[in-house]
Amino acid sequence: MDKLMRLASGKDVVVFSKSSCCLCYAITILFQELGVTSTVHEIDQDPEGREIEKTLMRLGCNAPVPAIFVGGRLVGSTNEVMSLHLSGGLIPMLKPYQTWC
Amino acid sequence: MDFPSTQFVPSRIMGTYQPIHQIGMWGENFKSIGNPSISASVIVEVDNKLENESETASHEMPAPSCKHDQEASKPFDKIQRRLAQNREAARKSRLRKKAYVQQLESSRLKLMQLEKELEQAREQGLYIGGGLEAGHLGFSGAVSPGIAVFEMEYKHWMQVQNRQLGELRTALNAQISDIELRIVVENGMSHYFELFRMKSTVAKADVFYVMSGTWKTSAERFFSWIGGFRPSELLKVLVAQLDPLTDQQIFEVCNLKQSCQQAEDALSQGMEKLQETVSATLAAGQLGQGTYFPQVAMAMEKLEALVCFVNQADHLRQETLQQMSHILTTRQAARGLLALGEYIQRLQDLSTLWATHPREPA
Repeated sequence: MDKLMRLASGKDVVVFSKSSCCLCYAITILFQELGVTSTVHEIDQDPEGREIEKTLMRLGCNAPVPAIFVGGRLVGSTNEVMSLHLSGGLIPMLKPYQTWC
Repeated sequence: MDFPSTQFVPSRIMGTYQPIHQIGMWGENFKSIGNPSISASVIVEVDNKLENESETASHEMPAPSCKHDQEASKPFDKIQRRLAQNREAARKSRLRKKAYVQQLESSRLKLMQLEKELEQAREQGLYIGGGLEAGHLGFSGAVSPGIAVFEMEYKHWMQVQNRQLGELRTALNAQISDIELRIVVENGMSHYFELFRMKSTVAKADVFYVMSGTWKTSAERFFSWIGGFRPSELLKVLVAQLDPLTDQQIFEVCNLKQSCQQAEDALSQGMEKLQETVSATLAAGQLGQGTYFPQVAMAMEKLEALVCFVNQADHLRQETLQQMSHILTTRQAARGLLALGEYIQRLQDLSTLWATHPREPA
Protein backbone atom coordinates (compact mmCIF):
# COMPACT_ATOMS: atom_id res chain seq x y z
CA MET A 1 0.00 0.00 0.00
CA ASP A 2 2.78 2.38 0.97
CA LYS A 3 4.80 1.90 -2.17
CA LEU A 4 1.70 2.29 -4.31
CA MET A 5 0.69 5.55 -2.66
CA ARG A 6 4.23 6.81 -2.86
CA LEU A 7 4.39 6.07 -6.57
CA ALA A 8 0.92 7.38 -7.29
CA SER A 9 0.80 10.50 -5.18
CA GLY A 10 3.12 12.63 -7.22
CA LYS A 11 1.70 15.65 -9.04
CA ASP A 12 1.59 13.50 -12.09
CA VAL A 13 -0.27 11.15 -14.41
CA VAL A 14 0.73 7.67 -13.34
CA VAL A 15 -0.06 4.46 -15.18
CA PHE A 16 0.50 1.14 -13.47
CA SER A 17 1.28 -1.33 -16.20
CA LYS A 18 2.93 -4.65 -17.03
CA SER A 19 5.62 -4.81 -19.67
CA SER A 20 3.63 -7.35 -21.72
CA CYS A 21 0.31 -5.46 -21.47
CA CYS A 22 -0.71 -4.02 -24.83
CA LEU A 23 -3.84 -2.37 -23.45
CA CYS A 24 -1.62 -0.42 -21.06
CA TYR A 25 0.43 0.61 -24.07
CA ALA A 26 -2.76 1.81 -25.76
CA ILE A 27 -3.58 4.01 -22.77
CA THR A 28 -0.14 5.63 -22.81
CA ILE A 29 -0.61 6.28 -26.55
CA LEU A 30 -3.91 8.01 -25.82
CA PHE A 31 -2.28 10.21 -23.18
CA GLN A 32 0.51 11.02 -25.61
CA GLU A 33 -2.06 12.12 -28.19
CA LEU A 34 -3.55 14.40 -25.56
CA GLY A 35 -0.17 15.95 -24.82
CA VAL A 36 0.49 14.16 -21.54
CA THR A 37 3.65 12.25 -20.74
CA SER A 38 2.56 9.68 -18.21
CA THR A 39 4.83 8.01 -15.71
CA VAL A 40 4.63 4.28 -16.27
CA HIS A 41 5.39 1.74 -13.55
CA GLU A 42 5.82 -1.80 -14.83
CA ILE A 43 4.75 -3.73 -11.77
CA ASP A 44 5.99 -7.03 -13.21
CA GLN A 45 9.46 -5.58 -13.04
CA ASP A 46 8.99 -4.31 -9.49
CA PRO A 47 10.14 -6.59 -6.64
CA GLU A 48 7.04 -5.55 -4.69
CA GLY A 49 4.86 -6.01 -7.78
CA ARG A 50 2.60 -8.63 -6.22
CA GLU A 51 1.77 -6.33 -3.29
CA ILE A 52 0.97 -3.47 -5.63
CA GLU A 53 -1.22 -5.78 -7.69
CA LYS A 54 -3.16 -6.91 -4.62
CA THR A 55 -3.66 -3.32 -3.49
CA LEU A 56 -4.95 -2.27 -6.90
CA MET A 57 -7.45 -5.13 -6.86
CA ARG A 58 -8.54 -4.08 -3.36
CA LEU A 59 -9.04 -0.52 -4.59
CA GLY A 60 -11.65 -1.85 -6.98
CA CYS A 61 -9.79 -2.46 -10.23
CA ASN A 62 -11.09 -5.59 -11.96
CA ALA A 63 -7.86 -6.02 -13.82
CA PRO A 64 -4.85 -4.74 -11.91
CA VAL A 65 -3.45 -3.09 -15.00
CA PRO A 66 -3.77 -0.60 -16.47
CA ALA A 67 -4.52 1.48 -13.40
CA ILE A 68 -4.46 5.23 -13.93
CA PHE A 69 -3.87 7.85 -11.26
CA VAL A 70 -4.16 11.57 -11.97
CA GLY A 71 -2.87 13.97 -9.36
CA GLY A 72 -2.72 11.17 -6.81
CA ARG A 73 -6.34 10.09 -7.30
CA LEU A 74 -7.34 6.78 -8.85
CA VAL A 75 -9.27 7.42 -12.06
CA GLY A 76 -9.75 3.74 -12.83
CA SER A 77 -8.88 1.37 -15.65
CA THR A 78 -9.30 1.55 -19.44
CA ASN A 79 -13.11 1.61 -19.23
CA GLU A 80 -13.17 4.61 -16.94
CA VAL A 81 -10.60 6.56 -18.94
CA MET A 82 -12.46 5.90 -22.23
CA SER A 83 -15.85 6.85 -20.78
CA LEU A 84 -14.34 10.00 -19.31
CA HIS A 85 -12.76 10.92 -22.61
CA LEU A 86 -15.91 10.44 -24.66
CA SER A 87 -17.97 12.43 -22.21
CA GLY A 88 -15.45 15.26 -22.44
CA GLY A 89 -14.19 14.98 -18.88
CA LEU A 90 -10.70 13.66 -19.48
CA ILE A 91 -9.05 16.67 -21.11
CA PRO A 92 -10.03 19.12 -18.33
CA MET A 93 -8.63 16.63 -15.83
CA LEU A 94 -5.38 16.34 -17.74
CA LYS A 95 -4.98 20.06 -18.44
CA PRO A 96 -2.51 20.75 -15.63
CA TYR A 97 -0.29 17.94 -16.91
CA GLN A 98 -0.31 18.67 -20.60
CA THR A 99 3.12 19.41 -22.01
CA TRP A 100 3.05 20.28 -25.67
CA CYS A 101 6.58 20.19 -27.04
CA MET B 1 -25.03 -29.43 -101.20
CA ASP B 2 -24.23 -28.43 -104.77
CA PHE B 3 -20.62 -28.62 -105.76
CA PRO B 4 -18.84 -27.37 -108.87
CA SER B 5 -18.33 -30.05 -111.54
CA THR B 6 -14.51 -30.19 -111.56
CA GLN B 7 -13.08 -33.36 -110.17
CA PHE B 8 -10.69 -32.05 -107.62
CA VAL B 9 -12.88 -29.54 -105.96
CA PRO B 10 -15.71 -31.70 -104.65
CA SER B 11 -13.44 -33.98 -102.65
CA ARG B 12 -11.62 -31.04 -101.15
CA ILE B 13 -14.82 -29.19 -100.46
CA MET B 14 -16.29 -32.34 -99.00
CA GLY B 15 -13.22 -32.65 -96.86
CA THR B 16 -13.27 -29.04 -95.70
CA TYR B 17 -16.95 -28.93 -94.82
CA GLN B 18 -16.88 -31.89 -92.51
CA PRO B 19 -14.57 -30.38 -89.90
CA ILE B 20 -16.88 -27.37 -89.54
CA HIS B 21 -19.70 -29.76 -88.82
CA GLN B 22 -17.55 -31.44 -86.22
CA ILE B 23 -16.68 -28.10 -84.64
CA GLY B 24 -20.40 -27.55 -84.26
CA MET B 25 -20.60 -30.83 -82.40
CA TRP B 26 -17.77 -29.86 -80.11
CA GLY B 27 -19.59 -26.63 -79.35
CA GLU B 28 -22.41 -28.76 -78.00
CA ASN B 29 -20.02 -30.77 -75.87
CA PHE B 30 -18.60 -27.53 -74.49
CA LYS B 31 -22.00 -26.68 -73.13
CA SER B 32 -22.39 -29.98 -71.33
CA ILE B 33 -19.78 -30.00 -68.62
CA GLY B 34 -20.24 -33.70 -67.99
CA ASN B 35 -17.81 -35.17 -70.50
CA PRO B 36 -14.80 -32.95 -70.88
CA SER B 37 -12.57 -35.89 -71.79
CA ILE B 38 -14.75 -36.84 -74.72
CA SER B 39 -14.90 -33.33 -76.10
CA ALA B 40 -11.16 -33.05 -75.64
CA SER B 41 -10.58 -36.04 -77.91
CA VAL B 42 -13.04 -34.68 -80.44
CA ILE B 43 -11.16 -31.40 -80.37
CA VAL B 44 -7.87 -33.15 -81.03
CA GLU B 45 -9.43 -35.07 -83.90
CA VAL B 46 -10.90 -31.92 -85.33
CA ASP B 47 -7.67 -30.00 -85.02
CA ASN B 48 -5.66 -32.75 -86.72
CA LYS B 49 -8.22 -33.14 -89.44
CA LEU B 50 -8.24 -29.41 -90.09
CA GLU B 51 -4.50 -29.21 -90.10
CA ASN B 52 -4.30 -32.16 -92.53
CA GLU B 53 -7.00 -30.72 -94.71
CA SER B 54 -5.43 -27.29 -94.96
CA GLU B 55 -2.05 -28.87 -95.69
CA THR B 56 -3.27 -31.17 -98.44
CA ALA B 57 -5.43 -28.40 -99.83
CA SER B 58 -2.51 -26.04 -100.08
CA HIS B 59 -0.43 -28.67 -101.87
CA GLU B 60 -3.10 -29.39 -104.37
CA MET B 61 -4.02 -25.80 -104.77
CA PRO B 62 -1.67 -24.66 -107.54
CA ALA B 63 -2.66 -27.52 -109.90
CA PRO B 64 -6.26 -26.60 -110.70
CA SER B 65 -5.46 -22.94 -111.21
CA CYS B 66 -2.98 -23.91 -113.91
CA LYS B 67 -5.16 -26.47 -115.63
CA HIS B 68 -8.49 -24.66 -115.49
CA ASP B 69 -8.68 -21.02 -116.35
CA GLN B 70 -11.60 -18.75 -115.60
CA GLU B 71 -13.94 -21.57 -114.74
CA ALA B 72 -11.65 -22.68 -111.98
CA SER B 73 -10.69 -19.21 -110.69
CA LYS B 74 -14.12 -18.60 -109.14
CA PRO B 75 -14.26 -21.89 -107.22
CA PHE B 76 -10.55 -21.39 -106.50
CA ASP B 77 -11.34 -18.14 -104.67
CA LYS B 78 -14.21 -19.82 -102.91
CA ILE B 79 -11.92 -22.62 -101.84
CA GLN B 80 -9.36 -20.17 -100.56
CA ARG B 81 -12.03 -18.32 -98.62
CA ARG B 82 -13.45 -21.49 -97.18
CA LEU B 83 -10.03 -22.69 -96.14
CA ALA B 84 -9.29 -19.34 -94.51
CA GLN B 85 -12.63 -19.56 -92.71
CA ASN B 86 -11.81 -23.05 -91.59
CA ARG B 87 -8.44 -21.99 -90.31
CA GLU B 88 -10.10 -19.14 -88.46
CA ALA B 89 -12.74 -21.46 -87.05
CA ALA B 90 -10.06 -23.90 -85.97
CA ARG B 91 -8.12 -21.11 -84.27
CA LYS B 92 -11.21 -19.96 -82.41
CA SER B 93 -11.96 -23.52 -81.49
CA ARG B 94 -8.51 -23.93 -80.00
CA LEU B 95 -8.94 -20.70 -78.02
CA ARG B 96 -12.32 -21.85 -76.70
CA LYS B 97 -10.80 -25.16 -75.72
CA LYS B 98 -8.02 -23.37 -73.86
CA ALA B 99 -10.47 -21.12 -72.04
CA TYR B 100 -12.63 -24.09 -71.13
CA VAL B 101 -9.71 -26.04 -69.74
CA GLN B 102 -8.57 -23.03 -67.72
CA GLN B 103 -12.06 -22.65 -66.30
CA LEU B 104 -12.07 -26.32 -65.34
CA GLU B 105 -8.72 -25.93 -63.64
CA SER B 106 -9.76 -22.92 -61.57
CA SER B 107 -13.03 -24.60 -60.61
CA ARG B 108 -11.08 -27.64 -59.49
CA LEU B 109 -8.81 -25.48 -57.33
CA LYS B 110 -11.82 -23.66 -55.88
CA LEU B 111 -13.46 -26.97 -55.07
CA MET B 112 -10.34 -28.19 -53.31
CA GLN B 113 -10.17 -24.95 -51.31
CA LEU B 114 -13.85 -25.19 -50.33
CA GLU B 115 -13.43 -28.80 -49.24
CA LYS B 116 -10.47 -27.79 -47.09
CA GLU B 117 -12.41 -24.93 -45.49
CA LEU B 118 -15.36 -27.21 -44.86
CA GLU B 119 -13.11 -29.71 -43.14
CA GLN B 120 -11.59 -26.99 -40.97
CA ALA B 121 -14.97 -25.54 -40.07
CA ARG B 122 -16.21 -28.98 -39.06
CA GLU B 123 -13.12 -29.57 -36.97
CA GLN B 124 -13.70 -26.30 -35.18
CA GLY B 125 -17.26 -27.36 -34.60
CA LEU B 126 -18.68 -24.29 -36.27
CA TYR B 127 -21.56 -26.24 -37.68
CA ILE B 128 -22.87 -29.76 -37.98
CA GLY B 129 -22.16 -31.14 -41.44
CA GLY B 130 -25.21 -32.26 -43.39
CA GLY B 131 -26.13 -35.93 -43.80
CA LEU B 132 -23.77 -38.25 -45.60
CA GLU B 133 -20.69 -36.06 -45.62
CA ALA B 134 -20.65 -35.79 -41.83
CA GLY B 135 -20.61 -39.55 -41.44
CA HIS B 136 -18.11 -40.01 -44.22
CA LEU B 137 -15.63 -37.60 -42.63
CA GLY B 138 -16.08 -39.18 -39.23
CA PHE B 139 -17.37 -35.95 -37.75
CA SER B 140 -18.67 -36.37 -34.22
CA GLY B 141 -21.32 -33.67 -34.49
CA ALA B 142 -20.12 -31.69 -31.48
CA VAL B 143 -20.64 -27.94 -31.94
CA SER B 144 -18.93 -25.25 -29.87
CA PRO B 145 -21.77 -24.41 -27.45
CA GLY B 146 -20.78 -20.75 -26.96
CA ILE B 147 -20.83 -20.07 -30.67
CA ALA B 148 -24.00 -22.08 -31.29
CA VAL B 149 -25.80 -20.17 -28.57
CA PHE B 150 -24.56 -16.84 -29.91
CA GLU B 151 -25.67 -17.61 -33.47
CA MET B 152 -29.12 -18.51 -32.27
CA GLU B 153 -29.35 -15.41 -30.12
CA TYR B 154 -28.04 -13.18 -32.89
CA LYS B 155 -30.67 -14.45 -35.29
CA HIS B 156 -33.30 -13.57 -32.73
CA TRP B 157 -31.59 -10.24 -32.08
CA MET B 158 -31.85 -9.32 -35.78
CA GLN B 159 -35.56 -10.17 -35.80
CA VAL B 160 -36.17 -7.95 -32.79
CA GLN B 161 -34.02 -5.25 -34.40
CA ASN B 162 -36.13 -5.23 -37.55
CA ARG B 163 -39.30 -5.13 -35.50
CA GLN B 164 -37.96 -2.18 -33.49
CA LEU B 165 -37.03 -0.31 -36.67
CA GLY B 166 -40.62 -0.69 -37.81
CA GLU B 167 -41.80 0.67 -34.46
CA LEU B 168 -39.44 3.63 -34.78
CA ARG B 169 -40.75 4.42 -38.25
CA THR B 170 -44.34 4.29 -37.04
CA ALA B 171 -43.57 6.32 -33.91
CA LEU B 172 -41.82 9.06 -35.88
CA ASN B 173 -44.69 9.36 -38.35
CA ALA B 174 -47.37 9.30 -35.70
CA GLN B 175 -47.85 12.21 -33.30
CA ILE B 176 -46.80 10.52 -30.09
CA SER B 177 -45.56 12.34 -27.02
CA ASP B 178 -41.91 12.81 -26.27
CA ILE B 179 -42.21 10.58 -23.23
CA GLU B 180 -43.58 7.71 -25.31
CA LEU B 181 -40.93 8.31 -27.97
CA ARG B 182 -38.28 8.24 -25.26
CA ILE B 183 -39.37 4.73 -24.32
CA VAL B 184 -38.99 3.56 -27.92
CA VAL B 185 -35.52 5.14 -28.04
CA GLU B 186 -34.49 3.53 -24.74
CA ASN B 187 -35.60 0.14 -26.06
CA GLY B 188 -33.49 0.64 -29.14
CA MET B 189 -30.43 1.61 -27.09
CA SER B 190 -30.88 -1.31 -24.68
CA HIS B 191 -31.11 -3.62 -27.64
CA TYR B 192 -27.64 -2.58 -28.84
CA PHE B 193 -26.26 -2.93 -25.31
CA GLU B 194 -27.69 -6.44 -25.25
CA LEU B 195 -25.67 -7.25 -28.39
CA PHE B 196 -22.49 -6.02 -26.73
CA ARG B 197 -23.19 -8.29 -23.76
CA MET B 198 -23.75 -11.26 -26.08
CA LYS B 199 -20.49 -10.50 -27.87
CA SER B 200 -18.60 -10.27 -24.60
CA THR B 201 -19.82 -13.74 -23.59
CA VAL B 202 -18.91 -15.40 -26.88
CA ALA B 203 -15.56 -13.57 -26.98
CA LYS B 204 -14.57 -15.48 -23.83
CA ALA B 205 -15.42 -18.74 -25.63
CA ASP B 206 -13.73 -17.87 -28.93
CA VAL B 207 -12.38 -14.37 -29.53
CA PHE B 208 -11.34 -15.20 -33.09
CA TYR B 209 -14.96 -15.92 -33.91
CA VAL B 210 -15.91 -12.39 -32.84
CA MET B 211 -12.92 -10.85 -34.62
CA SER B 212 -13.66 -12.69 -37.86
CA GLY B 213 -17.21 -11.39 -37.96
CA THR B 214 -18.43 -14.71 -39.37
CA TRP B 215 -21.83 -13.99 -37.85
CA LYS B 216 -22.21 -10.84 -39.97
CA THR B 217 -22.64 -10.32 -43.71
CA SER B 218 -19.67 -9.75 -45.99
CA ALA B 219 -20.18 -6.01 -46.53
CA GLU B 220 -20.47 -5.48 -42.77
CA ARG B 221 -17.20 -7.39 -42.34
CA PHE B 222 -15.56 -5.07 -44.88
CA PHE B 223 -16.11 -2.15 -42.51
CA SER B 224 -15.20 -4.09 -39.38
CA TRP B 225 -12.83 -2.66 -36.80
CA ILE B 226 -11.90 -4.93 -33.88
CA GLY B 227 -15.04 -7.02 -34.16
CA GLY B 228 -17.65 -4.37 -35.02
CA PHE B 229 -18.37 -0.98 -36.50
CA ARG B 230 -15.94 1.92 -36.04
CA PRO B 231 -17.57 4.52 -33.74
CA SER B 232 -16.23 7.54 -35.64
CA GLU B 233 -17.58 6.10 -38.93
CA LEU B 234 -20.92 5.63 -37.24
CA LEU B 235 -20.93 9.29 -36.23
CA LYS B 236 -20.17 10.37 -39.79
CA VAL B 237 -23.16 8.40 -41.10
CA LEU B 238 -25.47 9.70 -38.36
CA VAL B 239 -24.58 13.39 -38.42
CA ALA B 240 -25.50 13.69 -42.08
CA GLN B 241 -28.99 12.38 -41.25
CA LEU B 242 -29.65 14.59 -38.24
CA ASP B 243 -29.99 18.08 -39.70
CA PRO B 244 -30.78 20.53 -38.32
CA LEU B 245 -28.50 20.47 -35.29
CA THR B 246 -28.00 23.47 -33.05
CA ASP B 247 -24.58 25.08 -32.88
CA GLN B 248 -24.09 23.65 -29.41
CA GLN B 249 -24.96 20.18 -30.69
CA ILE B 250 -22.59 20.50 -33.65
CA PHE B 251 -19.83 21.53 -31.24
CA GLU B 252 -20.49 18.58 -28.93
CA VAL B 253 -20.73 16.08 -31.78
CA CYS B 254 -17.43 17.36 -33.17
CA ASN B 255 -15.76 16.87 -29.81
CA LEU B 256 -17.26 13.40 -29.53
CA LYS B 257 -16.01 12.49 -33.00
CA GLN B 258 -12.51 13.70 -32.15
CA SER B 259 -12.46 11.80 -28.85
CA CYS B 260 -13.64 8.66 -30.66
CA GLN B 261 -10.91 8.97 -33.22
CA GLN B 262 -8.27 9.44 -30.54
CA ALA B 263 -9.53 6.43 -28.59
CA GLU B 264 -9.73 4.32 -31.76
CA ASP B 265 -6.20 5.34 -32.65
CA ALA B 266 -4.90 4.29 -29.25
CA LEU B 267 -6.67 0.92 -29.41
CA SER B 268 -5.48 0.31 -32.99
CA GLN B 269 -1.89 0.95 -31.96
CA GLY B 270 -2.36 -1.35 -28.99
CA MET B 271 -3.60 -4.05 -31.39
CA GLU B 272 -0.53 -3.57 -33.57
CA LYS B 273 1.67 -3.97 -30.51
CA LEU B 274 -0.23 -7.15 -29.66
CA GLN B 275 0.40 -8.51 -33.16
CA GLU B 276 4.10 -7.72 -32.86
CA THR B 277 4.26 -9.36 -29.44
CA VAL B 278 2.51 -12.55 -30.53
CA SER B 279 4.58 -12.75 -33.70
CA ALA B 280 7.85 -12.22 -31.84
CA THR B 281 6.89 -14.84 -29.24
CA LEU B 282 5.89 -17.35 -31.89
CA ALA B 283 9.07 -16.82 -33.91
CA ALA B 284 11.40 -16.98 -30.91
CA GLY B 285 14.21 -19.46 -31.09
CA GLN B 286 15.07 -21.13 -34.37
CA LEU B 287 12.39 -21.76 -36.91
CA GLY B 288 12.79 -25.07 -38.68
CA GLN B 289 13.93 -27.21 -35.75
CA GLY B 290 10.56 -28.92 -35.57
CA THR B 291 9.95 -28.57 -31.83
CA TYR B 292 8.11 -25.44 -30.89
CA PHE B 293 5.49 -26.10 -28.28
CA PRO B 294 6.85 -23.63 -25.69
CA GLN B 295 6.65 -20.79 -28.22
CA VAL B 296 3.11 -21.67 -29.18
CA ALA B 297 2.05 -21.94 -25.53
CA MET B 298 3.57 -18.56 -24.71
CA ALA B 299 2.02 -16.96 -27.77
CA MET B 300 -1.36 -18.26 -26.67
CA GLU B 301 -0.92 -16.55 -23.32
CA LYS B 302 -0.19 -13.26 -25.06
CA LEU B 303 -3.16 -13.72 -27.34
CA GLU B 304 -5.54 -13.73 -24.35
CA ALA B 305 -5.23 -9.93 -24.41
CA LEU B 306 -7.27 -9.93 -27.62
CA VAL B 307 -10.39 -10.50 -25.53
CA CYS B 308 -9.64 -7.26 -23.65
CA PHE B 309 -9.33 -5.34 -26.91
CA VAL B 310 -12.61 -6.65 -28.28
CA ASN B 311 -14.30 -5.71 -25.01
CA GLN B 312 -12.75 -2.24 -25.10
CA ALA B 313 -13.86 -1.70 -28.69
CA ASP B 314 -17.43 -2.68 -27.79
CA HIS B 315 -17.26 -0.44 -24.75
CA LEU B 316 -16.27 2.43 -27.04
CA ARG B 317 -19.27 1.67 -29.28
CA GLN B 318 -21.60 1.64 -26.31
CA GLU B 319 -20.22 4.90 -24.93
CA THR B 320 -20.55 6.56 -28.33
CA LEU B 321 -24.22 5.60 -28.51
CA GLN B 322 -24.76 6.80 -24.93
CA GLN B 323 -23.12 10.14 -25.54
CA MET B 324 -25.11 10.71 -28.72
CA SER B 325 -28.33 10.05 -26.88
CA HIS B 326 -27.30 12.73 -24.35
CA ILE B 327 -26.44 15.30 -27.01
CA LEU B 328 -29.55 14.74 -29.17
CA THR B 329 -33.21 15.47 -28.47
CA THR B 330 -35.52 12.47 -28.15
CA ARG B 331 -36.82 12.97 -31.66
CA GLN B 332 -33.32 13.27 -33.10
CA ALA B 333 -32.21 10.17 -31.21
CA ALA B 334 -35.16 8.23 -32.66
CA ARG B 335 -34.25 9.38 -36.18
CA GLY B 336 -30.61 8.49 -35.47
CA LEU B 337 -31.45 4.97 -34.37
CA LEU B 338 -33.65 4.47 -37.41
CA ALA B 339 -30.91 5.81 -39.71
CA LEU B 340 -28.31 3.52 -38.14
CA GLY B 341 -30.59 0.48 -38.38
CA GLU B 342 -31.43 1.15 -41.99
CA TYR B 343 -27.78 1.75 -42.86
CA ILE B 344 -26.95 -1.70 -41.51
CA GLN B 345 -29.84 -3.17 -43.51
CA ARG B 346 -28.41 -1.59 -46.66
CA LEU B 347 -25.03 -3.15 -45.89
CA GLN B 348 -26.72 -6.53 -45.51
CA ASP B 349 -28.62 -6.08 -48.78
CA LEU B 350 -25.36 -5.12 -50.48
CA SER B 351 -23.86 -8.39 -49.28
CA THR B 352 -26.76 -10.40 -50.67
CA LEU B 353 -26.70 -8.57 -53.97
CA TRP B 354 -22.96 -9.07 -54.26
CA ALA B 355 -23.24 -12.79 -53.58
CA THR B 356 -25.93 -13.33 -56.20
CA HIS B 357 -24.60 -10.96 -58.83
CA PRO B 358 -23.44 -12.96 -61.89
CA ARG B 359 -19.81 -12.52 -62.80
CA GLU B 360 -17.66 -13.34 -65.84
CA PRO B 361 -15.79 -16.64 -65.42
CA ALA B 362 -12.07 -16.20 -64.82
